[in-house]
Amino acid sequence: MGLLSKKDTNLILDPLADNNPITIQVLGICSALAITAELKASIVMAVAVLFVLGLGNVVISLMRNIIPSKIRIIVQLIVVAALVIIVDQVLKAFAYELSKTLSVFVGLIITNCIIMGRFEAFALANGPWKSFLDGIGNSLGYGIILIIVGFFRELFGSGTLLGFPVLGDPIAKTGLYATGYENNGFMIIPPAALIVVGIIIWVQRSRNPALVEDN
Amino acid sequence: MAINTDKNSYTIIFATIMVVVVGSILAFLASALRPNIQENERFEKQQNILYAMGVNENDESSVSFIPTDKVEGEFNNYIKEQLVIEGDKVTNDDEAYLIDLKKQLAAKKKGESFKLPLFIGDKDGKKFYIIPMYGKGLWDAIWGFIALDETMTVQGVYFDHKGETPGLGANIKQRYFMDDFTGETILKGTKYAGIAVVKGNNDPLNNTKDDNEVDAMAGATITGNGVSAMIKESVNLYKGYLETIRVK
Repeated sequence: MGLLSKKDTNLILDPLADNNPITIQVLGICSALAITAELKASIVMAVAVLFVLGLGNVVISLMRNIIPSKIRIIVQLIVVAALVIIVDQVLKAFAYELSKTLSVFVGLIITNCIIMGRFEAFALANGPWKSFLDGIGNSLGYGIILIIVGFFRELFGSGTLLGFPVLGDPIAKTGLYATGYENNGFMIIPPAALIVVGIIIWVQRSRNPALVEDN
Repeated sequence: MAINTDKNSYTIIFATIMVVVVGSILAFLASALRPNIQENERFEKQQNILYAMGVNENDESSVSFIPTDKVEGEFNNYIKEQLVIEGDKVTNDDEAYLIDLKKQLAAKKKGESFKLPLFIGDKDGKKFYIIPMYGKGLWDAIWGFIALDETMTVQGVYFDHKGETPGLGANIKQRYFMDDFTGETILKGTKYAGIAVVKGNNDPLNNTKDDNEVDAMAGATITGNGVSAMIKESVNLYKGYLETIRVK
């Protein structure tokens, strides 16, 4: 066996499907609604969360034995806020253009419940290496859903993907628009994300009945 | 080694150490990176001002500024005068572009004296009067620059924002939105009406240039209203000066 044991591999793979943070754990829904109107924003957010959650989980895990349980939530909040601000400041100094694109996401990352959720549920009870894998796995699972939702919302809402018009020009009526097709304005407002996420949950549960709770 | 992490004294000591450590890291970082960040912000302002007067490296649909290594030279090249307007007094100041409009507007609100910067650019013999703007979007601040000629016709705009929603309000800095403003007039008769961002003006291609209106962005009503209000307020702030240069 190489770098990862069977258990470690599961830490990364489980959150991608059967223990997905958005569709199963219902964490990180707020940001999934807010920023998935276009694919590019979804990808940027996914990468940013990957970085912060991976690193944050390690830091919290290293501190897990000395954090007083009474103030652990505040400590977690300080760790994630400090991490995000450090990254933001360094980018502002050395990669200003990139930092401008990311600045909108800074607040969203700090308040993202997926980060606090994983700190609380995993990093406080496990070692740094496992916590790192858990962070990577969960942020990948989060990112996949974000990208799927962003893909459909941008395609049906604006007729573009990553800003490129793929269905023709809606004003000049070329491409698909020549046949009378119209962009669905509903797709670019946040409730549409809830519906797309709902459809993903539906598909996922009908393929894997074990995920459906008994009443 | 077992520490009793439940004791109150431990909790307080831990919290104190944590605050001091994190605080010092952030303070150290902020002061160490300050010169770099300030320089980047200075270049950005120069880029934005030049962008509004049409000095940029745009291709068909991109928003491309003059690169940071050249912007200082180009700025000195194109911007002929930088004025500071204080009440009725107009003075020249080569660092007027560094004036923070947000602070000046706050001073105005408190009833104190305030300074307004204005830039006069010259491109191919044509004069541009560039006004900075500052206002509120949906979540946070929005700002920008608007370039006018002597007839109060918009020659170009640049908008930016701190935290508008990506894909919705954040689109104020996209070409398709900003380009619509070019050619519009800010005057309605002799009144400084600005330019309103409106839904359903039946002019999505923006062919009518004298209606003081541009087509709104779908899903970003509040940000659009913020842009309308910002333009109207800003041109009215500069009304006194603009009247002196306007061709009647």
